Amino acid sequence: MLRFLIRRTLGAAVILLIISALVFVLFYAAPRDPARIACGKVCTPETLALVKKNLGIDHPLPVQYWDWLKGLFVGRDYTSFGHCDAPCLGYSFQNREPVLSTILDRFPATISLALGSSVVFLVFGIGTGMLAAVKQGKALDKVASSASLIASSMQIYVVGVFATYLLVDQLHWLDRANYTPFTSDPVGWAQGLLVPWLVLSLIFTANYTRMTRSQMVESMSEDYVRTARAKGLSRRTVFFRFAWRGAMGPIITIFGLDLGTLLGGAIITEQTFSIQGLGRLSVKAVSTNDLPMLLGVVLVAAAAIVVFNIVVDAVYALIDPRVRLA
Amino acid sequence: MSTPFLSVRDLRVHFSTHDGVVKAVDGLSFDLEKGRTLGIVGESGSGKSVTNMAILGLHDPRNTTMDGEILLDGKELITAGERELEELRGNKMSMIFQDALASLSPYHTIGAQIAETYRKHTGASKKEARARAVEMLRRVGIPQPDIRVDDYPHQFSGGMRQRAMIAMALVCDPELLIADEPTTALDVTVQAQIMDLLKDLQQEFGTAIIFITHDLGVIADIADDVLVMYGGRCVEKGSKKEVLNTPEHPYTLGLLGSMPSLDGPVDVPLSPIPGAPPSLLNPPSGCRFHPRCSFAEQVPGGLCSTERPTLEITDGRGSACHLTPGQKRELFADHAPARTN
Repeated sequence: MLRFLIRRTLGAAVILLIISALVFVLFYAAPRDPARIACGKVCTPETLALVKKNLGIDHPLPVQYWDWLKGLFVGRDYTSFGHCDAPCLGYSFQNREPVLSTILDRFPATISLALGSSVVFLVFGIGTGMLAAVKQGKALDKVASSASLIASSMQIYVVGVFATYLLVDQLHWLDRANYTPFTSDPVGWAQGLLVPWLVLSLIFTANYTRMTRSQMVESMSEDYVRTARAKGLSRRTVFFRFAWRGAMGPIITIFGLDLGTLLGGAIITEQTFSIQGLGRLSVKAVSTNDLPMLLGVVLVAAAAIVVFNIVVDAVYALIDPRVRLA
Repeated sequence: MSTPFLSVRDLRVHFSTHDGVVKAVDGLSFDLEKGRTLGIVGESGSGKSVTNMAILGLHDPRNTTMDGEILLDGKELITAGERELEELRGNKMSMIFQDALASLSPYHTIGAQIAETYRKHTGASKKEARARAVEMLRRVGIPQPDIRVDDYPHQFSGGMRQRAMIAMALVCDPELLIADEPTTALDVTVQAQIMDLLKDLQQEFGTAIIFITHDLGVIADIADDVLVMYGGRCVEKGSKKEVLNTPEHPYTLGLLGSMPSLDGPVDVPLSPIPGAPPSLLNPPSGCRFHPRCSFAEQVPGGLCSTERPTLEITDGRGSACHLTPGQKRELFADHAPARTN
């Protein structure tokens, strides 16, 4: 287990390094010059040079990348901003704030969105999928299967707007989406996120229903499930202890990837509901040519996916003793 | 005569599928006493496994209709409720499956799987059940059972998995043991060990065994009586000696002819049965074997393709064939004689 973790962590570090370098290169491949934009309308070559120096982009690209990388581990000194402690992700070109603190400020909203909707779609998706598998071929299965097919082809920006209009504006059942930190007001936190949770869950629930159903149907026809029945175990025991155990692996794999993606920022969802999370931050960073911010957000998103991949592999080995971690 | 320990009467197992009704077992009857072994032989799809799954009540009730009578120690199983069957399964009657790797749960240790059956039926404590599992593994010849009990199936060899499977099936001292091709996937030396093990256990506990196989060599080794199935029906029944030495049905004769002999000259070609097993969705009319039977034209009036031959059993011996005994003596004489002792 320890060897597995060390090996995978090193691998993850390499991946993140490559990603950050790619973002760096791609950013400067774009035609717009951040210094030129920050410099303003009346821009002499002297002020441009000063702006470049202030933003920390007056050196050649490899040097800039090296400075940025060094900042992560030992911190960094800026002429205009002063010292930035390690891990330093730099200062935003746009609002002149440290990237890390902005990300830390926005991350809770994204985490809340991701975890809250995960709970909803896991419970409903797996629950409905199991029911459909038990009632295979019956009316309930057919309704669940076709409903989930429809739901999984929906788009958040359609359902989100519609749900807000219906549930919030017309029926007044739920609160308009907004983010209140959990620590300051837990009830307000849940109330404000309920609509985005439900909307985001709708699509995921459908996928998990379909996946759970097919996995369960498959594992219920396994020989070892028949053996368990032949031993005299009850249907319920066989269903949960044997069939579900076999169906869990693929579902957890997909969930790990989904959660990683969600933690990287549900861009469309956050945009639809005006929730200030990582997703909106990344949209803004792209549109304002804010390299340090973009790098920071991309790294967090990539790290979330990489970390959950490692977690999934570790959990897989716990579920299935045939899988060996090495 | 007292009622037999296991009595199957006119058993019919039909599956409804998208394409129609599959008559997997179509009127099968047999008896089995304690301490005896009944060998059921037949090709794939002849209804051997379906019959035995029916005894345990393991068919999916949603697409299966079962008719007839299955009496185990006087108790009717076809109409029995799920709870009653759960009580019997793994306890009074249990089953060994062919592919032990697929049939054992990959997610639980061997010991846990054996102990689970024991706890379910005896209410023993975890500790007692574990001790019992170790004891069972020792009895079926697993070396270092107190260590191997914590292994997972994938850590066992093929032969050991089958032994573990047998240990699991026997943990509650069942009175009826159904072995569904338990040795088919094993190499011959392991196969011989497994069969010796079954014979020893039967001697010790007086278990009634149904042994399903398509291998007549295995039948010759282990069975007391033999039932030959074709297309969901019994075509021939008798003691092992009778069936193997003086077969009365052309299909049995064909099976014997397609088996290589070690005693005879080695260059004698095998004579496989022509054609393929019948479709159970749309079975052949009359005798289900007639399209493949090389003697069908010997029966006057094309009777084989129009009328189903009845199975007449006298003293446990009989076959379902339109050929007269005289014809059989004459026609079967040219074919390779079976060999068994």
